[in-house]
Amino acid sequence: MKEKYLVNARIVDPANSIDEIGGLIIDSNGLIKAVGKKVKNGNLPSDIEKIDLKNNTLIPGIVDMRVFVGEPGFEYKENFRTLSNAALSGGVTSVVSMPNTSPVIDNVSMVDFLKRRGRDKSKINIFPAASLTKNTEGKEMTEFGLLKRKGIIAFTDGVKAVQNPQVMARIMNLANQTKALIMQHAEDNILSEDGLINEGEISTRLGLKGIPALAEKIIVERDLAFLEEYYCKYHISQISSMKTVSVIKRAKEDGKVFSAGVSINNLSLTEDDIGDFKTFLKLSPPLRTEEDRISLIRGIKNGIIDVIVSDHKPEDEESKRLTFSQAATGASGIETLLPLVLELYHNKSVSLNKLISAITINPAKILDIKKGNLKKGNDADICIVDINKSWVVEKSKLKSKSKNTPIENRKLKGQVQKTFVKGDLVFERTS
Amino acid sequence: MALIKKLKAVKINQNHLLGIQDLSLSEVLHILDEAKTFINLNKSSSKKVDILRGKTQINLFFEPSTRTQSSFELAGKRLGADVMSMNIVNSAIKKGETLIDTAMTLNAMHPDIIVVRHQDSGAPNLLAQKVNCAVINAGDGKREHPTQALLDALTIINRRGKVKGLKIAICGDILHSRVARSNIYLMNMLGAEVNVVGPKTLLPHSIERLGVKAFTDMKKGLDNCDIVMMLRLQNERMQGSFLPSAREYYEFFGLTPDKLAMAKKEALIMHPGPMNRGVEIDTNLADDINRSVIREQVELGVAVRMACLKIFCKKTL
Repeated sequence: MKEKYLVNARIVDPANSIDEIGGLIIDSNGLIKAVGKKVKNGNLPSDIEKIDLKNNTLIPGIVDMRVFVGEPGFEYKENFRTLSNAALSGGVTSVVSMPNTSPVIDNVSMVDFLKRRGRDKSKINIFPAASLTKNTEGKEMTEFGLLKRKGIIAFTDGVKAVQNPQVMARIMNLANQTKALIMQHAEDNILSEDGLINEGEISTRLGLKGIPALAEKIIVERDLAFLEEYYCKYHISQISSMKTVSVIKRAKEDGKVFSAGVSINNLSLTEDDIGDFKTFLKLSPPLRTEEDRISLIRGIKNGIIDVIVSDHKPEDEESKRLTFSQAATGASGIETLLPLVLELYHNKSVSLNKLISAITINPAKILDIKKGNLKKGNDADICIVDINKSWVVEKSKLKSKSKNTPIENRKLKGQVQKTFVKGDLVFERTS
Repeated sequence: MALIKKLKAVKINQNHLLGIQDLSLSEVLHILDEAKTFINLNKSSSKKVDILRGKTQINLFFEPSTRTQSSFELAGKRLGADVMSMNIVNSAIKKGETLIDTAMTLNAMHPDIIVVRHQDSGAPNLLAQKVNCAVINAGDGKREHPTQALLDALTIINRRGKVKGLKIAICGDILHSRVARSNIYLMNMLGAEVNVVGPKTLLPHSIERLGVKAFTDMKKGLDNCDIVMMLRLQNERMQGSFLPSAREYYEFFGLTPDKLAMAKKEALIMHPGPMNRGVEIDTNLADDINRSVIREQVELGVAVRMACLKIFCKKTL
């Protein structure tokens, strides 16, 4: 293909400390050839393709560490093709897919299937996570070593936490030998049993069983204690409460090395939004109080929390049109991740640089992949966003197969205009 | 004539009776006034009127119930409605039908009012979104049981003339009780001072935010109270996970003469039933005709439900 000259943009690439007006050159192999103010609009060679970005913002393609795809087993909720379309319209070019499929991704024979499906049906980079334990039952560990050789870069039981401390200790002990990344969904199942929303005034009023913030804190504290004995690459998938933010802050100050993420839902919504039993806001971890939300935002600002994820969990209408206790857990979110992240920039809570880091270079570093970074020679995975464009979320316009957005009718500021993967323009907004 | 004028004067803004939380003070007073008109009718020899003649009332009970279901059934029949009671324990829901599908099926039969009890909090709200008729909540999960609170208020008014200024203690398993929640909202709205009394493990998180004082010492909680409302303690709560034993519970939270002595001399004892004698209440106190109004609650329950059926059924005419 011809070289592409992307010109007239604000380039924001935290990995290389770039925030300047300029452009980006994609070479004929789809790799980044040059970036920054040196790429000017003028005196361009003749045999190239020029793309005028019209003063929009150019950032690395987003790396989303927590995404659920329905393949195999739940294709009616989301398949690789619909996920890919949804991701690209949100500027997401790389995802880590959760292993909570049917069957569970817990052995090497599944990995080839997933890679093939991901490659054939989607245009984004799919990095499948495998489960930590067989069938995510929390009892017997999976073959990290063999799975890692097959190209699995992260291990997690996805929607579940490993409850048994003995099993978790052994997993962490063994993980270091293969340098496997362990991602924990921190929740004590006994404390949160039958829990539906945050434990507090709202759960008391709605008569719904609460999930105490302690259920999260206790697992994080347990795992951090293990980390002292059995060092490994450890990541807490998503935290939801002020209590956990304090635990993580203290541990990092004490010099412990690990990372933590937060769902965009917990940064943009609270338990008050649940209103009259809105099942689209039934999430795990649950939405908590405004005080918790503020502390999570501060966590991003101060670098206590490293990563923001969409926690994209498509659920079909039938799974949500039930009573609150029977309804499925989770929200669709990959298409609205970036605009919700930008809300925190527009309302001056966090700097653009910090926010973009949390969805590009930070997850890429944790996953140890060459993504989220506009360095010369990397794949040209790029997102072009009009950061001031206002729009309103309409579920009928979402590209994901399931329409369970928790922010229907919310006015957002910031919209993805173009997305490139490996140098190809794979998404362009028409309207 | 006077009655009709009065009815027109008060407007009920809700189409459904889903919870006390949704009602305004004037709506509550309207329901209670209406209920008073049925008290004497229920004592007379001819108990039937034709206010709801030609109307269809469906009682949809997903949870077993004796007194609430029979009370609603009787109330509907005395108003002249055709009443059908469905116990879902052995019907379509068991075959995998969702609540919404059941609702749509029933809706196709054109009922005028559906009375629903469900084990899930919020189920009546979901139902109300999907049907064309009025929905009355007969108890949902741990959330609300509005007609129980209304009948409790009517019982208190019948005995004490008013609720305003009274001190009311609600005692026992507050955590799992929809009766407690509805009563907290209603008694607060009517101007009472509300205490809740129970062991820490059975007091819900942030309960004070609902406008009550919480006590774990029953004697302090009952101090100078006008009304003592006891709640049923369900058997499964007594087996070690919430409480050490029924024996210990009775010792600290059972209503006994020595604890009742802390309340006002003429304090009334109430209980939504069914009672566990010797677990949450001393058997003699339960039967004390000078103190216990437990049977009167049941009696006035029919009048309150007649008022609710009449008012909310009219709404959809």
